[in-house]
Amino acid sequence: MLDVLISLLPVVLMSLYVFRGYAAKQIGICLISCLAAEALFVKIRNKPMSLMDFSALVTAVILAMSLPGTAPWYVGVIASFVAIGIGKIVFGGLGMNIFNPAMVGRAFVMIAFAGTMAASGYERAGSLVDIITQATPMDAFKQSSVVASLPSLLWGLTNGSLGEVSAFSCILGGLYLCIRRTASWEIPAGVVLAVLVIGGIDNLVSPETGWTVFHHLFGGALLFGAFFIATDPVTSPVTVKGKWIFGIGVGALVMVLRLFSGYPEGLMFAVLIMNAVTPLINQRTIPVPFGGV
Amino acid sequence: MADQPTSMERFIQGILPENPVYRQLLGLCPTLAVTNGMKAAITMACAVGFVLLCANVMISLIRNLLKPHLRIVIFTLTIATFVTIADRFLAAYMYEMSKTLGPYIPLIIVNCIIICRCEVCASKQPVITAASDALGQSIGYGLALSSVAAVREILGTGMFFEIRVLPTAWPDWVIMVLPPGAFLTFGLLLGWVNWMTSRYAAKKQVKGSL
Repeated sequence: MLDVLISLLPVVLMSLYVFRGYAAKQIGICLISCLAAEALFVKIRNKPMSLMDFSALVTAVILAMSLPGTAPWYVGVIASFVAIGIGKIVFGGLGMNIFNPAMVGRAFVMIAFAGTMAASGYERAGSLVDIITQATPMDAFKQSSVVASLPSLLWGLTNGSLGEVSAFSCILGGLYLCIRRTASWEIPAGVVLAVLVIGGIDNLVSPETGWTVFHHLFGGALLFGAFFIATDPVTSPVTVKGKWIFGIGVGALVMVLRLFSGYPEGLMFAVLIMNAVTPLINQRTIPVPFGGV
Repeated sequence: MADQPTSMERFIQGILPENPVYRQLLGLCPTLAVTNGMKAAITMACAVGFVLLCANVMISLIRNLLKPHLRIVIFTLTIATFVTIADRFLAAYMYEMSKTLGPYIPLIIVNCIIICRCEVCASKQPVITAASDALGQSIGYGLALSSVAAVREILGTGMFFEIRVLPTAWPDWVIMVLPPGAFLTFGLLLGWVNWMTSRYAAKKQVKGSL
């Protein structure tokens, strides 16, 4: 868990640099509420205090990174309590949850507060932080076919959820996770592979849009999700083959949602759907031992 | 039939100790589907109460004529008669509500609470007991429906019986009015009820041992 926090450091620093006070506020709210929720629910269940295993901290940071900095304070608070309470504790605590807690919390507030969490909720005209006055690149493309420049997507000079803007910082943290073997490299590799293939096909079919396969790769929450959200060891398959299936499934679903749904981005739903089929993947990919039947 | 509960026991049992929704987990489909507002929930509970009372009394009256292998058919036909009355009544006098509830009124025919009460109580006990059983179960059902509906309507729209109870600054939790809100609310309430029940039982045990 400590490794995950270390690997999230570049993403957090980048979000603080890009969004300034907005990021600091959102991270603070999520940290405090997640820790409070963890303490409260664990106490209700009479379980030993689990604040020190850092799992609530990781959930808090990932949740904060997936929210827009402009979201009102109650969004972060409610998302945190839902993430820890409904996402994790009702299933029996860390290691028992079916769905990624942070994504459960985000999905809840996304549907509950559709107005503030929709793409237009990311924009705040007249803000001192210039980036927040623009539309998010995914939404600008979806609504008015405006294509963001690749370097700005790579370095993170665009609007978006706190953690998703800088592809570079996600890769940096993600590589650390994979090298430390905290996360299995098969999952992000599967996601990227699926996006490359489907994005490539889309690129060949309709090259005139200007939204290339690299825009698909660097834009939106794709890399952040591939490295930090999909790799959650509790909610992803345990077998090597299963991890590939999981990663490719997430990537394919993201592309389906991006290309054919009303939402500009679909990583959260993709991860949640694949979380739901993880037990099935585990069951169907049990490796046969040498000499076994 | 000396071991059958009396009519007062039947009445009390239906409200909380054997609440049809929280303790027996029967009739969950309307519990999830029509509880996004208090008005719909109360109307639904009244319709179910009417059908349950009439069906229980009718079955109890003809209980000596029932043939064991045909009883379920008779139950269903009796219930269907009263459901049709309730459905037509709503369509005639509360047209808007009838539209809102949609198919859930005709679906009372297959509501397992009613068949369960006909089978458990009305087909074995006299009219008075059957009627008080139906009243108790209806009150229990109404309580369950309105508890879910209250949480969903207040959180989802900031209103109670369509009267604003929370300040207008309240951000509506739209998810609570949508189907996922029903599952979340009902699951959490059910867990809470179970928790309270086990605590109550534990307390009783401690007192009993003293």
